[in-house]
Amino acid sequence: MTAVDLETPRLGYADVPRLADGEKLTRKDFTSDMEARWCPGCGDYAILSTVQGMLPDLGLKRENVVFVSGIGCSSRFPYYVETYGMHSIHGRAPAIATGIATTRSDLSVWVVTGDGDALSIGGNHLIHALRRNVNLKILLFNNRIYGLTKGQYSPTSEQGKITKSSPMGSVDHPFNPVSLALGADATFVARSTDTDRAHLSSILKAAADHRGTAFVEIYQNCLIFNDGAFVAVKDREQQQERAVWLTDGQPVAVGPEGNRRVLVRDAAGHVAYVPEAEADPTRVVVHDEHAEDPGQAFAISRLDDAEMSTVPLGIFRNVSRPTYDDGVRAQIATATGRLGHEAGSDDLRKVLLGNDTWTVG
Amino acid sequence: MSDGSLTSHGPSTDHGSRLRMTSKSVQQVDRVVIRFAGDSGDGMQLTGDRFTSETAAIGNDLATLPNYPAEIRAPQGTIPGVSSFQLHFADHHVLTPGDAPDVLVAMNPAALKANMADMPRGSTIIVNTDEFTKRNLAKVGYAESPVADGSLESWHVHALPLTSMTVQALAEFDALTKKDKERAKNMFALGLLSWLYNRSTTGTEAFLHKKFGANPDILQANLKALRSGWNYGETTEDFAVSYVVNPAEMSPGTYRNVTGNAATAYGMAAGALRTGRPLALGSYPITPASDILHVLSGLKQLGVTTMQAEDEIAGIGMALGAAFAGAIALTTTSGPGLALKSETIGLAISLELPLVIVDVQRGGPSTGLPTKTEQADLLQAMFGRNGEAPCVVLAPQSPVDCFDMSVESIRLATKYMTPVILLTDGYLANGSEPWLVPQVDDLPDLTVHLATKLNGTDAAGNKVFHPFLRDPETLARPWAVPGTPELEHRIGGIEKADVTGAISYDPDNHDHMTRLRAAKIDGIAKDIPALEVEDPSGEADVLVLGWGSTYGPVAAAVRAVRNGGGKVARAHLRHLNPFPANTGEVLKRYSHVIVPEMNSGQLALLLRAKYLVDIDSYTSVRGLPFSTVELADVLGRAVGVTTAEKETTR
Repeated sequence: MTAVDLETPRLGYADVPRLADGEKLTRKDFTSDMEARWCPGCGDYAILSTVQGMLPDLGLKRENVVFVSGIGCSSRFPYYVETYGMHSIHGRAPAIATGIATTRSDLSVWVVTGDGDALSIGGNHLIHALRRNVNLKILLFNNRIYGLTKGQYSPTSEQGKITKSSPMGSVDHPFNPVSLALGADATFVARSTDTDRAHLSSILKAAADHRGTAFVEIYQNCLIFNDGAFVAVKDREQQQERAVWLTDGQPVAVGPEGNRRVLVRDAAGHVAYVPEAEADPTRVVVHDEHAEDPGQAFAISRLDDAEMSTVPLGIFRNVSRPTYDDGVRAQIATATGRLGHEAGSDDLRKVLLGNDTWTVG
Repeated sequence: MSDGSLTSHGPSTDHGSRLRMTSKSVQQVDRVVIRFAGDSGDGMQLTGDRFTSETAAIGNDLATLPNYPAEIRAPQGTIPGVSSFQLHFADHHVLTPGDAPDVLVAMNPAALKANMADMPRGSTIIVNTDEFTKRNLAKVGYAESPVADGSLESWHVHALPLTSMTVQALAEFDALTKKDKERAKNMFALGLLSWLYNRSTTGTEAFLHKKFGANPDILQANLKALRSGWNYGETTEDFAVSYVVNPAEMSPGTYRNVTGNAATAYGMAAGALRTGRPLALGSYPITPASDILHVLSGLKQLGVTTMQAEDEIAGIGMALGAAFAGAIALTTTSGPGLALKSETIGLAISLELPLVIVDVQRGGPSTGLPTKTEQADLLQAMFGRNGEAPCVVLAPQSPVDCFDMSVESIRLATKYMTPVILLTDGYLANGSEPWLVPQVDDLPDLTVHLATKLNGTDAAGNKVFHPFLRDPETLARPWAVPGTPELEHRIGGIEKADVTGAISYDPDNHDHMTRLRAAKIDGIAKDIPALEVEDPSGEADVLVLGWGSTYGPVAAAVRAVRNGGGKVARAHLRHLNPFPANTGEVLKRYSHVIVPEMNSGQLALLLRAKYLVDIDSYTSVRGLPFSTVELADVLGRAVGVTTAEKETTR
């Protein structure tokens, strides 16, 4: 059978042509000649630079990489990367990217989106891409504000936020993007920040390796309309107190040495942090990103409260499930395989004739 | 039904080997219109389909029109729940499914009541009296049974207990419940009609074997019901004669019967094959377009990719992504779906990527009449986008023409790098007619040449790729797909500079690009056939101009008017944007131009605006195609002749 084996986990770019041995691209090769036009100091610059620095490590032919975006500040991203790219319309990038990835297994397809683009106008496409597990890498730049339209609250803005469109405070309850992705049965879910180059780069590499939809939420600072939104977790000192660095096989813990608290699960299944010294070792939650059941990953995602008193960062979930695009191509391969040759005029003629013909003359 | 009669005691046609003999007298007629009507659960669509198939096999020309409710099972026995299937077959070229049936098969009182207005006096009505109970009669407001109270005395009524005769015929099937047996009554009716019109039942028997092969009892019961219906016709005194309709003269070749939706799916598969690129469909189910998705989903062996999306917007989004990636991209929908896709069509126009959008028009606005036909999306297809966003608009004229126009839509989309909207409608989509199956190698060669090389130099003199450098002839830009070395480029919905494709907010560039995009579409007029006028007299002052699915009724009405001595010219538009180059010249040649449309005058509006000519707009939005009689009356009055009340034959 020519159909691909859906059981073996393969790299996200397994079918993408690779550079010849010894050939290596650089950050510069992934830098287009278009001058980036984000506001000075925007977190998007840092993310762009990290992405351009990470791409050569994949060893892929540049012409087989595609970036697709929607609308918003983050969605200008494809213009600045020297690959194939499409700056599309608001919210629709996951659908467009699905069409690209499904018809072409030889492409590494990346979606760049924002909190408004992915979670508001494009929410439907996002959850369906995630449940289908299309072989896409979705980078959600979350700045918790509408930047391009000059500062309205977004679906991730905290309740009560004062903006131009919410002078008395937003009454909207926000989404937690990681919880949403896990709820949509995403197979790879991670979170990082714009300025932590080393961490973001490792997460992006893991996302690229993952076969299926990899969802990466990137906390991104909007200097103009929501400056300091993530200072609680990006500021070095505060980070020590609040960041929960998720590491596969390690206890889920927060706080500096000597003042560490670990996550424990009580008999009723509830999770809470307790000082490390007081924790019952049998009840400590050990992170397992490969767990089939997303329940624990979801529980961890809920630890991220409005005050950002603790913020999990890293890979929440990384499991293998057959991808949509592989499945679609496998069915076509099965059908054409039954034919035994590449479809031609005779095969089409057979279809056109159907089962019930008659002849005149 | 007139013409000479003949008596036969043997096989009545050349196809006798496939027919059992009838010992009754056989009358030859040139055309028949039959309507099968019943509850939506009575299997009338299937019955009609089977009768059509047998009729096609005999070599009659034919056209069909299913008419069914939007609800899957509307309340039983009510008028909204009536489902019908009309078939017009003849020994000559058939243009429409026919106006007035010669025969109505009414499986219950609702079916009778819903269709009675269409039945001319003297026509034949077969009713299933088992269903004419007090309760069922009351449901549709009959105080007395119309079969018994004399109100039908001007019609030939055959009052037959079809259900109980079926149950009786199946008495030996102990394993089946009464309900199972009753369900076979449509096969009994089909058997009877097959006898009445000397149709073979071989094909239907083979069909039943295939459908019920896994369930021998049901299979045998249906076969028995079918044969019992045939035998009943043969033995009962209720039917004195049966009828034959001789084969029509048709071009030699191999034929099949095809619906517009199937022809659309096949045309897209064929067009894509001729380009050498794979076909990719992104689609969200919607009535009456879903059958295109169904058919294409079954053509994976031809390399066809189908993606059932989460919504209409994703459907076209997936298709657009596939287009960017180098596939022949298609999305299929109906009116409300076209509205949802409009932003993405605008993007495709801005990106200048090939994309085919099929809109199977239905009654609107909003949800409107999902299962009924209309032509009211023309202006939406023309203008339903933000900004100046022209694209190609095409409309097939018949179910079979859906194939050719699908191929044409792929030709224009790929040659000119543009979205193409193909406007079919519910009438074409579900209607069917015989199709001379084309030889694939006779279809146009649509080979696509993707860009492979750098095509320009930048200011510094370096060789570069310009994604918006145009072919001087077609004004199309190159199609460079991911995976092509050196041609990496970015495109988007923001206005781009001519040639380089770089983002540009320059006022003059935007004006230039807006005009270029329009000129590209307008220029296609040079690449499509001229508008042909058919005027046998050469002296007509009146022109009737149709578009899309009005072709059949308009042509049939013109035939009727000419038979009555009227002089009328006829032309038909299949290309709506751009119009054929000579359209204005044709319109100005006639003192009176009549445009019948199933909308409120949308084509008339376009023609008046573009060509500054007066148009006599004749419109109807009843969810049904025009009747021949209605249009013949309109045209007849315009040319001063009276047409026969009944549809003329040839």
